[in-house]
Amino acid sequence: MSVIALARWQFAILTVIHFFFVPLTLGMTVFLAILETLYVRTRDETYKKMVQFWSKVFLINFALGVVSGIVQEFQFGMNWSEYSRFMGDIFGAPLAIEALLAFYLESTFIGVWVFGWEKLSPKLHAAMMWLVAIGSNLSALWILIANSFMQEPVGFVLRNGRVEMVDFFALIKNPNVWVQFPHVLSAGMTTAGFVVLGLSAALLLKGRGDEWVLRSFKASAIYGLVGVLLVTWVGHSQAQHMVQQQPMKMAAAEAHWETENPAAYTIFAIADPASRRNAVSIRIPGFLSLLSYDRFSGEVKGINELQATYERKYGPDNYIPPVNFMFYSFHLMVLAGMLMPVLAIYALYLHHKEQVAEKRWFLKWLVWGISLPFIASTTGWLVTEVGRQPWIVLGLQKVQDAVSPAVSVGEAAFSLFALTLVYVLITGVGIYLVLRHLDAGEPSSVGAGY
Amino acid sequence: MDWNTIWFILIAVLFTGFFFLEGFDYGVGILLPWMGKDDQERRFVINTIGPFWDGNEVWMITAGGAMFAAFPHWYATLFSGFYIALVLLLLALIARGVAFEFRSQVDDPRWRKVWDQAIFWGSLLPALLWGVALANILRGVPVDGSMTYVGGFFNLLNPYALLGGVTFVLIFTLHGAHFLALKLADDMAARAETVAAKVWPFAVGALVLFAGATIPVLGDAPNRLAAVVLVILALAALSGSRVFAHRQTWGKAFTSLAVGIALMTVALFVGLFPRVLVSSLDPAYSLTIYSAAASDYTLKTMTIVAGMLVPVVLIYQGWSYWMFRQRIGRKSKLTY
Repeated sequence: MSVIALARWQFAILTVIHFFFVPLTLGMTVFLAILETLYVRTRDETYKKMVQFWSKVFLINFALGVVSGIVQEFQFGMNWSEYSRFMGDIFGAPLAIEALLAFYLESTFIGVWVFGWEKLSPKLHAAMMWLVAIGSNLSALWILIANSFMQEPVGFVLRNGRVEMVDFFALIKNPNVWVQFPHVLSAGMTTAGFVVLGLSAALLLKGRGDEWVLRSFKASAIYGLVGVLLVTWVGHSQAQHMVQQQPMKMAAAEAHWETENPAAYTIFAIADPASRRNAVSIRIPGFLSLLSYDRFSGEVKGINELQATYERKYGPDNYIPPVNFMFYSFHLMVLAGMLMPVLAIYALYLHHKEQVAEKRWFLKWLVWGISLPFIASTTGWLVTEVGRQPWIVLGLQKVQDAVSPAVSVGEAAFSLFALTLVYVLITGVGIYLVLRHLDAGEPSSVGAGY
Repeated sequence: MDWNTIWFILIAVLFTGFFFLEGFDYGVGILLPWMGKDDQERRFVINTIGPFWDGNEVWMITAGGAMFAAFPHWYATLFSGFYIALVLLLLALIARGVAFEFRSQVDDPRWRKVWDQAIFWGSLLPALLWGVALANILRGVPVDGSMTYVGGFFNLLNPYALLGGVTFVLIFTLHGAHFLALKLADDMAARAETVAAKVWPFAVGALVLFAGATIPVLGDAPNRLAAVVLVILALAALSGSRVFAHRQTWGKAFTSLAVGIALMTVALFVGLFPRVLVSSLDPAYSLTIYSAAASDYTLKTMTIVAGMLVPVVLIYQGWSYWMFRQRIGRKSKLTY
């Protein structure tokens, strides 16, 4: 394999694994902060038990997110030095602000929170978790400001062979940020909701029907439901924005080869990239226009016309991302997004009817349902990043021009192998520890010394 | 003073904060096998840095982010050039970071032994690698005219750089011993005091050797003089720390060494200025605060941002240290 292939695999694998932990952290910090606030307000010990039990799951996940996050910060320079030179003027700034504004906040106050159960007043202790929640969600904002430039470059000029920042606030106001950031934030809520819901179901299956478990069941179902409804709603406007700004990405995700008005929606397709059409497809007339513009008419550009446009603009190359990969990733995300509300609503219905413990088959489904938010966020990012190919920065730099010339095949292979192995190992250990914690099923372990 | 110089100073400040703060928590990790004879004692040791290590580590991450933002070519050349060293650093930091969280979760001696090892190596290796890296940056490495490192990994392991690495390890170990003397109680504190006394001559000896070997590689005459003066002051601070330790005033001993570490770091950066990465192939190829820099607009914007945020960070991080100022001993409730 070439250095660039190894570097791509490494970035893809490590970033996908890193983003298992990130949304859970984003959603869990807010969830725990809400629960602890409820405890402070009501002095109901059940809430405290909930905070204690779920915070242990959160802390295991948080540690994994922190250590894999260090790699993220360094690997732009390590594997993508030419990208770092080309983009440093723009990309480095939000990254440094992320560290200054968000990482310090979350890392300092998570320490105070974990070690401060006995030292801080309950009110102040709950405030610490809010600071952690604000810190982690702010970190998402700044990294997405950086990432959004790669999808939709704004506020820059090309000078000295690189992109140079001319308007800092344009980076922040980048329209892509304000569809992507709410999408990621609500994805975090969804992830935390369905993880806690699935683990509560697992506790119920073990016969642990304590009040704190039942209340966790209900609270997480509500939280996850709100999250998944928001993520779908925001996702819809994000897709509409992408039809305008990154039409190739959306066209590939919809396996939409030819420009149409009104445009038909493809619900099933097997694309044939060689002859640039779908070998098999099932289509609903007018629906892609409806999704794109909220009405049954309106032109949606197809892959083939976009390819011709880009060849005129940027010179001959293949500007078409892998269509089957895009189509199935995108639709897997959508499918996961449609299944989750069904699970959450039925869970709430059962809780209302006080029949939760009786429907064991459904509890098992909820345990499997833990995978859904992870499937959705992984496929969502694959669409976002693969859909930009061959560009690393849309219209400005191609991936092939971004890789480090200083790194040899042997070095890239070593890091890919070693880091992937360590990521898999620590993720495995993390899952093992969560399962152990679940087996113990006791919320008393935080702050009591273990 | 131009923006480039301001950012060079700011990055030196971030590295100083990093070595001062994470220096002692690396030291605590390195001393773990000697300070803790049984699991209970090792828990005391780990809990002294429990609330702090993660916040300390952000100083390194911010330094990296600031290099990227202010001097993208420095970040790109250094991180892609010192590739294997960086991979080893990351592996060590991953192992160390999860070890703190995972260790206490299972009450089994074999389990805890694994994570004790991770904490030890995960603290020793980064201390060594940062020393090796900074020494190489100053001494010069093969960087060609296109700002690309062409040296390979083993080029970094020259005797001078290794001496730098060993110096960092020993000084951080001493720093860790001082921290433990302040933070542990009773017999454990006494043990840390003994360790500090034993490590001190080695740390000073290494710094004297490293400083002596550094003089020939320093930059222009005025900088060279300033760096030498700073190193002499650093050595004085190290000596002061021993005097204070002998008088059993550990707060002063700790502060004195912290000042020494800051002076040592500043000396390295002064010796480097205005270069940020020295080329051993041709002085003209060396990256400088001008050739490696971001645009003036970015530097100016980031100065405003950092000026607003860094003081706030210092205040709340200081507060967290104040919050957990008590010594840790047999009566303490342990979290890790």
